[in-house]
Amino acid sequence: MTPHLEAYLMLSAALFAVGFLGVLVRRNTLVIYMCLELMLVAATLALVAFSRFNGTEDGDVFVFFILTVAAAEVAVGLAIIVALFRARQTVQVDQLNSLKH
Amino acid sequence: MEQFAFTTLSVFTLVCALGVVLSKNAVNGAMCLLLCLAGIAGLFVQLHAYLLAFILILVYAGAVVALFLFIVMLLDMQGGQPSRPRGAGIVAGVIAAALLITGVDLLAVRGRLPDTAPLGHSVGSSLKLYSYELFTTYLLPVQVMGFLLLIAMLGVIVLSRRMAEPEDPR
Repeated sequence: MTPHLEAYLMLSAALFAVGFLGVLVRRNTLVIYMCLELMLVAATLALVAFSRFNGTEDGDVFVFFILTVAAAEVAVGLAIIVALFRARQTVQVDQLNSLKH
Repeated sequence: MEQFAFTTLSVFTLVCALGVVLSKNAVNGAMCLLLCLAGIAGLFVQLHAYLLAFILILVYAGAVVALFLFIVMLLDMQGGQPSRPRGAGIVAGVIAAALLITGVDLLAVRGRLPDTAPLGHSVGSSLKLYSYELFTTYLLPVQVMGFLLLIAMLGVIVLSRRMAEPEDPR
């Protein structure tokens, strides 16, 4: 017996929710970034499941592009975080409030 | 059997995802992310997307998590305690949870997804078909993606250069 499409979609939603919880709760920029990656991967899981159950290639190709963009995004984001750390000596979001006032 | 593998993999993935969120040490979080990605790659294999599982392991587990670990160790940071959520955070969390529960409810109860059995005989496994799609229908996105990677590379170089310059006069 194979799992249904709904099972994959619910797992994807749960993973997305866990990532979102991390973004809301954590205060460390790097951990927040990891949780963002988690949300991205949860979305790709839903796409692959749709593609498989629809019998087409398009979702898989789309996930290929998402993975490529995610790799570029991680490189740029981590470079920004390192630059931020060099300028402010911290990566805790509650101390990075220059734009607030 | 397949159901059992799915249940095991999904529980493993969810536990590791919670580990990313809840672990106090950022290095432990990155390790949990690695395991979580391995679980998702297993789910991809179960969905017959073998190439994507391979790429996920190669790009995410190999490169991205290694980069995360490298930065965590470079910055030598503490994980930071999960702070008490304040007013706006609680409201946002409640709204997000309500939206998610509504969506899952719509999907599970009212949504009627046709053809719950997987269609196509392991379409995703055909590498030839996959690359044919990539280089015919999706040729323009492939080229745009290559350009994007070039821009990202240049951006990272510029970012790490610019921040070094103001420190020189000191």
